[in-house]
Amino acid sequence: MSVLPAGPTTRREPVVCVLIALATLAVAFVALCQGATWTTPGETLAGLLGRGDQSFVITQWRSPQVAAGVVFGIALGLAGAVFQNLTRNPLGSPDVIGLDAGAWTGALLVVAFAGGTAGQVAGGAVTTATATALVIYLLSLKQGFSGLRLIVIGIAVNAMLTAVSSWIVLRAELEVAIAGTAWSAGSLNGLDWDEVAWPFAVVGVLAAVLAGQSRALHQAALGDAVAVTTGVRLGVHRFVLVVAGVGATATVTAAAGPIVFVALAAPQIGRRLTGSAGVPLLPAALTGALLLVTADLVAQVVTRPVPLPVGVVTTAVGGLYLIWLLVKEVKR
Amino acid sequence: MTRLQAHDLTLGYADRTVSAGLSLAVPDRAFTAIVGANACGKSTMLRALVRLLQPRAGRVELDGTDVRRLRPRAVARELGFLPQGLVPPEGIRVEALVRRGRYPHQSLLAAWTPDDQGAVDAAMVAAGVEELAERQVEELSGGQAQRVWIAMVLAQETPYLLLDEPTTFLDIAHQYELLRLLARLRDEGRTVVAVLHDINQACRFADHVVAMKAGRVVAEGAPSDVVDAALVEEVFGLTCAVVPDPVAGTPMVVPH
Repeated sequence: MSVLPAGPTTRREPVVCVLIALATLAVAFVALCQGATWTTPGETLAGLLGRGDQSFVITQWRSPQVAAGVVFGIALGLAGAVFQNLTRNPLGSPDVIGLDAGAWTGALLVVAFAGGTAGQVAGGAVTTATATALVIYLLSLKQGFSGLRLIVIGIAVNAMLTAVSSWIVLRAELEVAIAGTAWSAGSLNGLDWDEVAWPFAVVGVLAAVLAGQSRALHQAALGDAVAVTTGVRLGVHRFVLVVAGVGATATVTAAAGPIVFVALAAPQIGRRLTGSAGVPLLPAALTGALLLVTADLVAQVVTRPVPLPVGVVTTAVGGLYLIWLLVKEVKR
Repeated sequence: MTRLQAHDLTLGYADRTVSAGLSLAVPDRAFTAIVGANACGKSTMLRALVRLLQPRAGRVELDGTDVRRLRPRAVARELGFLPQGLVPPEGIRVEALVRRGRYPHQSLLAAWTPDDQGAVDAAMVAAGVEELAERQVEELSGGQAQRVWIAMVLAQETPYLLLDEPTTFLDIAHQYELLRLLARLRDEGRTVVAVLHDINQACRFADHVVAMKAGRVVAEGAPSDVVDAALVEEVFGLTCAVVPDPVAGTPMVVPH
């Protein structure tokens, strides 16, 4: 890890963050070139600028999906960093503790029983994700808060919610069941600008809110006592983190289904790449974007011409990461 | 003059009451040592003084105002606190950790100022960790790490320093080094309050000793005025002789 001078973390972190952002843009551009067919970079650039016969395909079909990879990746990376900070544990991410599953169950319920406009689905996802977070938190409260207890309870809740979702799909109308199954792995395929506009806006607001909490987050990593006695309003800080973390998870899940493992892996990869102390937000967000865009590009290519849901790729790669992480944590 | 006072505190956790009717006036610009047996409420009182524990009754006042009614950052610019059992964030370097002490002096968008850097540099020199600036805190020895945390609290530039058993886990040489540092900070005009386990060290370095038992203050004053065999017997349940320390002349406890 000594490619960069081992100077103060304050110098290395911004440099690596810029590099990750550039890598994300590069992969995103390749993803724009790569649809069902390959478009040359020149044609793709021209298409982006509204010229050439590929313009419609690139700006209306491929762009929203690639943009969703970037923005949802940011959202998932942020949500992961938020919950890993709150639980002080690299396993404490929303996909592991059942928030994705909770949001997904809510979205399915709305689709199966209430018709389901985009707004209703989002409302259902946010409601059940919040309820899930609340239940896990209350169950883990016995004699004070414990991050590890919350994670173990979250894993159990995750399993139960996944079962509930399967049951809903089995009981639902055929077309709902087919749509639900295709969506249940988490997929960016076929998203258009109308579908991603409001999630992008929500993620933008949540990212701004979290940016405002960044310093308090660093301070809270020193422990409750130091955080409070250096002036952090810990109760307010935690509340804002939970709301933003649940909101980011539910928003992505409502729009794209439960895309797992990005939130788990991105914050840890990001902090190792940047050599940062603790689990900072910006590297997590950027790494999340890079991971999701790359995973979606792989999903477009491996089984061409039929694209895979991106969640299949993140699950396959992330599953290996989770096994490694579990082994490492158990040894500790 | 005493700026920091506790009035008639009732303190406790969940269903357990630790202290009732506890009052204390912390002498300004002096070194106060709080001593007492394990679980006598020393740390609990310290936590109440720095706003970490909400009193069930009574209040802690700074300049006559309840600290609960002051803005947290404003209190954090007055009272610096070093708790026990600190765990550094994974991968943090010494200077980065010391910088965190500047939190109450910074606003959301304000850049890092020369004042901030000056405070961090001075704190690292005072705590003797300037040579370690680029090292990872996790790689340091216990004594070095403790000095880094103290540097962080010093960078907070507070008139008050409250420390909960700062000498725990340090070897005897590092214990004395730390106590001398605290005495020097007192000489420079800060008010130091430390929970100390070793009553001989308290007598030797503190200007003011507060002896606690079962959540109450049983004696306080200058060490030579209050520390005698009867007090040690009452507070620690230890029969002993108290003789003058051969080096400093302060009271020294010699158990029977």
